[in-house]
Amino acid sequence: MRLVISFIAGLVFSAGLVVSGMANPAKVVNFLDFSGSWDPSLAFVMIGAIAVASIGFRLVGENSKPFSAPRFDLPNRKDIDRPLISGAIFFGVGWGLSGYCPGPALVSLVLSSQAMLSLFPMMLLGMWIAKKTA
Amino acid sequence: METLFTPWHSLFGGILIGSAAVLMLWGCGQILGVSGLLSRLLPPWSSSQDIKVRVAFVAGVIALPLLAMVSGQVSSIPPVNGNPLYLGLAGLVMGYGTVRGNGCTSGHGVCGISRLSQRSIVATLVFMATAAVTVYIARHLLGWI
Repeated sequence: MRLVISFIAGLVFSAGLVVSGMANPAKVVNFLDFSGSWDPSLAFVMIGAIAVASIGFRLVGENSKPFSAPRFDLPNRKDIDRPLISGAIFFGVGWGLSGYCPGPALVSLVLSSQAMLSLFPMMLLGMWIAKKTA
Repeated sequence: METLFTPWHSLFGGILIGSAAVLMLWGCGQILGVSGLLSRLLPPWSSSQDIKVRVAFVAGVIALPLLAMVSGQVSSIPPVNGNPLYLGLAGLVMGYGTVRGNGCTSGHGVCGISRLSQRSIVATLVFMATAAVTVYIARHLLGWI
């Protein structure tokens, strides 16, 4: 059952990326380009997603356990450490250069397969290096 | 290159993204963070983690555009710079950063902020600002994109 739920969550998430324009790197780059052809659309993605998630998470939090898993697996760290900041900086550079973050990169395996021939395996390599050197 | 301002599509897409995050937490007890879900599929594996749930999620994310493409609902989207070396380097830095910083746009930007996590709020401000500076340099100073 949990696999079905997870698969459906993947479908809905992916539909959200495609419909919202997050899967289009030109739109992402224009959202980040305040001094040129600024396209504020993606601010609306964040507003919609955060509005739904903050209410939904609160409701889910009233349950003692997930519907089809033994327990909630939530991050509980509070400290602002160096890896958090340096990681966010590296991520921002790669995101700004390409317009792809990990979700849209997955969607782009289909919608932009040519570009993903190099970006996707290199992204996985970067993730693996960060894991190994953590 | 100009893109169309699409507030309603983007808002609706955002609502879908938020709904998926709620579904994932409600059903599987997991935070919907793509970098975390994806990177935990890479070695070294930890035995305590539920690999199948992650595989099912990733399969769903890939299945939707595949279905949409086959049924002619969407067409392919070009990159902002098609140079394989450029894309590869951007991917390397992007992937590295998401795992080092424990999250990306979905994990920190959507889920973390919704949980009012201080770490996620800081990370999101840092990667958004860095990305904006990067776009400024790459587009307006270097003309790469």
